Amino acid sequence: MTDAPETASPPTGAPQSSNRWRRFAEWDARPLRHDLFAAENPEAGFSVFHSPYDPAPSLSIEGGRVTVMDGKAAADFDILDAFIAAHHIDPAMAEVAMAMDPGEIARKLVDINVPRPELEALARGLTPARLAEVVGRLSALEIAFAYSKMRQRQTPGNQAHVTNAKDDPLQLAADAAVAVALGFDEIETTMRVASNSWANALACTVGAAVGRGGVLFQCSIEEAEELQIGLAGLSSYAETVSVYGTERAFIDGDDTPWSKALLTAAYASRGIKARCTSGAAAELLMGFHEQRSLLYLEARCLCLQRAMGVQGTQNGGIDGAPLTASMAGGVRELMAENLIAVWLGLECASGNDCRTSESEIRVGAKITPYLLAGSDLICSGFGSIKKYDNSFNPSLFNGEEIEDYLLLQRDFQTDGGLTPVEEDQVLGLRVRAVEALAAVMEELGLGSVPRARMMSVVFASGSEETVSYTPGEVTPISAAIKARGLTAIDVVRALGKRGYTEEAENLLLMLRQRISGDYLQTSALVRDGRVMSAINDPNDYRGPGTGYRMPEKRWEAVQGIRNVLTRERVLAAENVVAGAGGAEVDWLVAAGPAAKGVNPHEVVIGVSPGFARQLHQTTAGHALADVVAALVDGIAAGGGTARLVRMMHTADTSFLGLAAARLSGSGFGIGIQAKGTTVLHQADRMPHMNLELFSNAPLTGLDHYRALGRNAARHTFGEAPEPVMVPTHGEALGARFHVRVALLYAIETGLIEPTVHPIELAYRPDMRAPEAAQ
Amino acid sequence: MSANPASDLDLYPVAEKAPERVQTPTGKPLSALTLEAVLAGEIGAEDIAITPEALMLQAKIARAAGRETLAANFERAADLVGVPQELILDTYELLRPGRAGNAQQLLDRAALLRRDYGATRVAALIEEAAAVYARRGLFVKRF
Repeated sequence: MTDAPETASPPTGAPQSSNRWRRFAEWDARPLRHDLFAAENPEAGFSVFHSPYDPAPSLSIEGGRVTVMDGKAAADFDILDAFIAAHHIDPAMAEVAMAMDPGEIARKLVDINVPRPELEALARGLTPARLAEVVGRLSALEIAFAYSKMRQRQTPGNQAHVTNAKDDPLQLAADAAVAVALGFDEIETTMRVASNSWANALACTVGAAVGRGGVLFQCSIEEAEELQIGLAGLSSYAETVSVYGTERAFIDGDDTPWSKALLTAAYASRGIKARCTSGAAAELLMGFHEQRSLLYLEARCLCLQRAMGVQGTQNGGIDGAPLTASMAGGVRELMAENLIAVWLGLECASGNDCRTSESEIRVGAKITPYLLAGSDLICSGFGSIKKYDNSFNPSLFNGEEIEDYLLLQRDFQTDGGLTPVEEDQVLGLRVRAVEALAAVMEELGLGSVPRARMMSVVFASGSEETVSYTPGEVTPISAAIKARGLTAIDVVRALGKRGYTEEAENLLLMLRQRISGDYLQTSALVRDGRVMSAINDPNDYRGPGTGYRMPEKRWEAVQGIRNVLTRERVLAAENVVAGAGGAEVDWLVAAGPAAKGVNPHEVVIGVSPGFARQLHQTTAGHALADVVAALVDGIAAGGGTARLVRMMHTADTSFLGLAAARLSGSGFGIGIQAKGTTVLHQADRMPHMNLELFSNAPLTGLDHYRALGRNAARHTFGEAPEPVMVPTHGEALGARFHVRVALLYAIETGLIEPTVHPIELAYRPDMRAPEAAQ
Repeated sequence: MSANPASDLDLYPVAEKAPERVQTPTGKPLSALTLEAVLAGEIGAEDIAITPEALMLQAKIARAAGRETLAANFERAADLVGVPQELILDTYELLRPGRAGNAQQLLDRAALLRRDYGATRVAALIEEAAAVYARRGLFVKRF
């Protein structure tokens, strides 16, 4: 919660200084208000699903060649049109697909009876403008549903960013090992200082081999360098192959579809998995938007990527996501472009990386459709490190928020690709990772690593806490790796020589995969040493009971978050004596059946069946002996006389209070449950029409109980005292307490004996055991 | 489409289903890539590369899965396996806007790749680029 500035809430009674409802000032102080929101303006490039300047979908084919596409004649094709017409459009399919009603195609996308391959075949005959038009007809919910049906690989996955602000190789290794343990299938790194790329790659390669291994790894840098690092076996995939939706943006980006197609083939020729990157608003940021809508430009990008023959795309705004999210319907557009990507048969690493908002609510909402629908890689990437350590930029989710994400998986029973980790496990992996890297560096003559540096990294949450390498110290190490032509085989050998056999085997496994080229296929990742892709794990969703369902073992793993409360844990923490055998305490002793009192200033306190027998403290943590003392003191202070009675026929607060009132000589009684919920009642009232109620036991303090006792006594004198207010500050009490409350209350209800008469209790505060005092 | 798409899909993943169909550039089988062999110095960096044969096999598999453009990319990749890194990067550079002064430079590079490396599919891609670059005025020097 963010506190509003002082001006927002002047003290009560202060003069009003501005002509404004103060709620607006409070809203102004919320994180959301850091976000910017843009108006629609097609002339300036701000249109989301449709711009008046978008072309109408059209296609003419003569003699097997495209002569007109989306309103443009072949002679006027720009570089994107030309490449798409030559390599994307399937002339035979186009005749069928372009003749089809767009509404009918849209319905097919959400129809569980139309299989994915049929729609993919249709897409090969559709122009960019028609693809955009069709997905534009779907609501956000329909887009998410269609995405779950059209995405390529059945089993969802996720990608992590592993970087740090110092390019510290030790921290990279430790954090890579943690990312692998968390279940990420891909790890992407980049540098603060470009010349540190080889050291970053080596560190992440070693770290990712610790633990389960089998992770695809990328070092994001300029293409020539990235290819070389890949060639050395120190990375296994690339996603820096950016494409843009207008000719001028492409040229401004210093590339063409042909240069990118060559690069794509070059990566495959070196056994490196590649995907392109494109996303809404890139052209807008670059200043060459041609007044077209975001979605239309993105449809062009995606047709181009299929045309180039790349297996997949990093798509969904990416760096342009915050700008897209600033527009009305922008987040829906990001989902729509992802849908076009998978419809075209591309692997989709679906964005959700660049943080689109300072509002945690907008962030959580942004990820939810993807968690529900699944995705090849839900984030591209998820910041596994802290925000300030992310050398790309803070991600939608970051190291700070990993547990929130794990909970979303558990809430919706959905697989977001991550697995909870345990404290001991993580510490062990971090130690192992820094030691393995230190061993490799020594073995390869890259310097010896002081133990103090290693330990400072092991326990550090982020680079601000480490005493380790600085970027300047890393540069010569990186230069040496490159200059000496060190490769992944050298790393395997070094690991093996130093006894890191498991890590050596893990890394070798990834290198062996390179020979077969299996992970070059669509949506490939490596799990448990096996390649899974759209070929051998195709998404076959056809309605309930089909498609991806979490296997029982996986669902168990997803549930393994920290601090799950079991009945045993709650009862142990609450100092509970379970069962009917709860012994009486010496300070509150049964003394026969309770009778109706005659004292006109008597207040009966009716306690619940388990009160001070099985249960001994309120949910606020107050000992019941202290609570009773406070009530009794208060009644005395108000001039009344307290009498205690145990009810066995009910554990309900209202009826405890009502039964107490009916036994009371004054007709006023207090009902209290062991968990602390308390009511002030009167004998002739309806059960739920009480005089006063403490419904929020976790917030109720001893002073409140004392004041309630006093009020009860004053009622017996015919007064109407001001009710006691327990202030609440909007805490989510249900989230904080109800698991405990439900388990505790079950103990009370289990003790109910409907036919047992109320029992008189002798209150003997002097008999209270000293250790029970607070 | 391949004559027998079902059988081509059955080859995937090759490392599990048909390991005998691929080998290292030095002719070693996948099973030779053991930690013992690495420690004994029998495996070098030259062994951890993909071969044109493996790429052509993956192209067949992609085509059998109905992924024609992906298959074409793997075939271009097979063309490039034997092309030295420097020449690939130089060709990439030449394809970028304004690097080549005229279409002929691109056509010459295509001819070289076809003649010296048998890279027919990559050559065709470059020739296609030359024609479009000329029409779109991409041979203008950029500063």
